[in-house]
Amino acid sequence: MDFDFSEEQRMLADSLGKLISDRYGFENRKAYAKQPEGWSREIWAAYAEMGILGLPFSEEDGGFGGGAVETMIVAEALGGALGLEPWFATVVLGGGFLRHGADAAMRQALVPLVAEGSLLLAFAHTEPNARFDLHHVETTATRDGDGWVLRGRKGVVLHGDVAGKMFVTARTAGGPRDEAGIGVFLVDAGAAGLTRRGYATSDGLRAAEITLDGVRAEAVLGNPAGGLPLVRRVVEDAIAALASEAVGAMDASLKLTLEYMRTRKQFGRAIGAFQSLQHRAADMMVSLEQARSMAMYAAMMTDEPDAGERARAMHAVKLQMGRFSKFVGQQAIQLHGGIGMTMEYAVGHYFKRLTTIDTQFGDAEHHLSALAEAGGLFEAA
Amino acid sequence: MDLRFNDEERAFRQEVREFIAANLPNETRERMAAGRTPTKAMVVQWQRALNAKGWAVPHWPVEHGGTGWSAIKRFILSEEMQQWPAPSPLGFNCAMVGPVICAFGTEAQKQRFLPRMKNLDDWWAQGFSEPGAGSDLASLKCASKREGEFFIVNGQKTWTTLAQHADWIFVLVRSNPAAAKPQEGISFLLVDLASPGITVRPIITIDGAHEVNEVFFDDVKVPVENLVGTENKGWDCAKFLLSNERTGQARVGASKERIRRLKRIAAEAPGGATPMLQNPRFRDKLTEVEAQLKALEMTTLRVLANENKRLAEGKPDPASSVLKIRGTEIQQAISELFVEAAGPYGLVGADPELDRWNEPELAPEWATMAQPTYFNWRKQSIYGGSNEIQRNIMAKAFLGL
Repeated sequence: MDFDFSEEQRMLADSLGKLISDRYGFENRKAYAKQPEGWSREIWAAYAEMGILGLPFSEEDGGFGGGAVETMIVAEALGGALGLEPWFATVVLGGGFLRHGADAAMRQALVPLVAEGSLLLAFAHTEPNARFDLHHVETTATRDGDGWVLRGRKGVVLHGDVAGKMFVTARTAGGPRDEAGIGVFLVDAGAAGLTRRGYATSDGLRAAEITLDGVRAEAVLGNPAGGLPLVRRVVEDAIAALASEAVGAMDASLKLTLEYMRTRKQFGRAIGAFQSLQHRAADMMVSLEQARSMAMYAAMMTDEPDAGERARAMHAVKLQMGRFSKFVGQQAIQLHGGIGMTMEYAVGHYFKRLTTIDTQFGDAEHHLSALAEAGGLFEAA
Repeated sequence: MDLRFNDEERAFRQEVREFIAANLPNETRERMAAGRTPTKAMVVQWQRALNAKGWAVPHWPVEHGGTGWSAIKRFILSEEMQQWPAPSPLGFNCAMVGPVICAFGTEAQKQRFLPRMKNLDDWWAQGFSEPGAGSDLASLKCASKREGEFFIVNGQKTWTTLAQHADWIFVLVRSNPAAAKPQEGISFLLVDLASPGITVRPIITIDGAHEVNEVFFDDVKVPVENLVGTENKGWDCAKFLLSNERTGQARVGASKERIRRLKRIAAEAPGGATPMLQNPRFRDKLTEVEAQLKALEMTTLRVLANENKRLAEGKPDPASSVLKIRGTEIQQAISELFVEAAGPYGLVGADPELDRWNEPELAPEWATMAQPTYFNWRKQSIYGGSNEIQRNIMAKAFLGL
């Protein structure tokens, strides 16, 4: 067991950290958010140049052979920066389908485009009635000659407004809540019958509602009726990445809060001198350290071959991250007082990002129930 | 970074399991599994078995009987013992005064005390807290006065755990009442409990058990050779001891064992229409604690894996207070779930001091121990530097407040 980064991992963290401190301060971010797509194409190009976008793909597919730890490093840095760019949608979600579900031809065609930054991806899965259940799919895919035609509506598709291609789930058999009968399809965003309406999410990022009205898929990934395990696998990777992003956001929230407590004076002294506030800050640190541990655990468990064990681990991770994020975010606002309530100051934006992370791919309560139903983490003795 | 146990570590875990299976009497395991504390004889038997194997004090310097293992390997041994459950090596000997003597003691003290300490030939007690010195330990008053070749000790210690079993006690005494700061006039003494002038009086805690005591010193003569370190510099020994104490308080293995047992129990315990384990409110609370315990386990491993670097820098790990706070909160939460699972039969008042009080059986042993354990474990967030003191430490030492 070894918790240290390798030399290369340290270099990755350092160079990404430098890029962010040079070009992704909170004021920069405000300017990027005002650009037409709601994020910065220049930063995206810089990520491509640094190798961030091709990082998790194998070298033979055109990537850089990074693993879960590299993803953890990137996600934590972007969480600390409140990154607006479609890294999560493209590299983690879209990239997850490429890595776990695409055949060699698809990987070799698309991975180089993702790595160079020219192709953006999205995962169109959530539906209005599905809430957080991954097996709830009403969108249909019907056979048409040698292809598939999709009909239905997909909601809150992260960066679905800019994606060039999307991985879309659709039902080829069974009822809306059956685990069997779900396929994963690659769809071009410009395909006839696909319309999308983009909007800002509550954390200042972007998403889209997608309507599929007789859209021809470019390809199906694997078994058209057996795609759910693939979806679960990709979502588990996504949970691990979100956990690290949350750690980055919590770490930044605590740092801002401590800085404020050291400088803000009331009753003639720094508010950090008051014990009731000190104890809140200490409890924030307790949560942050536990969150950090859980994010590392998540990264480790993405490679766990036993699907059941992997699923239970990710339920525990997402549950805990939801709890820690809420606590750290709320306390950060409270300890700042009024200034924490304003759009002009960063801490509220971290709080909002932490809140949306909890709401993505199952909130704490969803994963608590799922973990309990799966029998928890420890066997009865 | 590789967060999995490697082959060597996994093989070691297996070796530990085999050793425990072959050497720990079933009686000890059953008593502990029922939530009761092991008897003195059980603790002694087990520590001698460990010592014979060379495993009683793995973290001590190798020249004094340590094993030179990595922190992770030591964690595996202690986790396996907690999970069995087996008694832990006596903390007062092995985790507290032993390392202090290794670090600050004279050659003669090492020769005289360490071998007997490892083998539990001498049972040690901790004389730190006083009626007027709890969280504010440095305000202690128990006094020593140098007279020729002796210190004469007068005063009182309290919360002295298992002093009724003990042969020796290590005490912090005020040796220089005129020192500029309270921390500067304290010495660390080793005292034979058979010395004239010592009285040990039981304190019965709210669970009905005799676990702690008051110890009175009335003109007790302590030979000067029993001073550890420099006179009036005992606070250095105390700080060293307390920082060692904290990582052990996470007790991840013990909590895993309790959760596993609770799941077995709750699968059968009546919970209304279904067994307790299927009661959604109970089940969700239990599951939440399991997830918390996983986070604590990973944090513990991080602290341990970081130990060498930390020691080289001479800095405490900020996460060690986290371990104390979360470790005790989780243990307390589990003890509450046992109470909940026991339901009305939790009212049957166990007598932790009597072996056969429940014969013929009034209620399952675990159910009768649920409330006493819950009552007793309220101590966890108080001892070893209360959880509020831990937050003070974090604010000052790590948060820059």
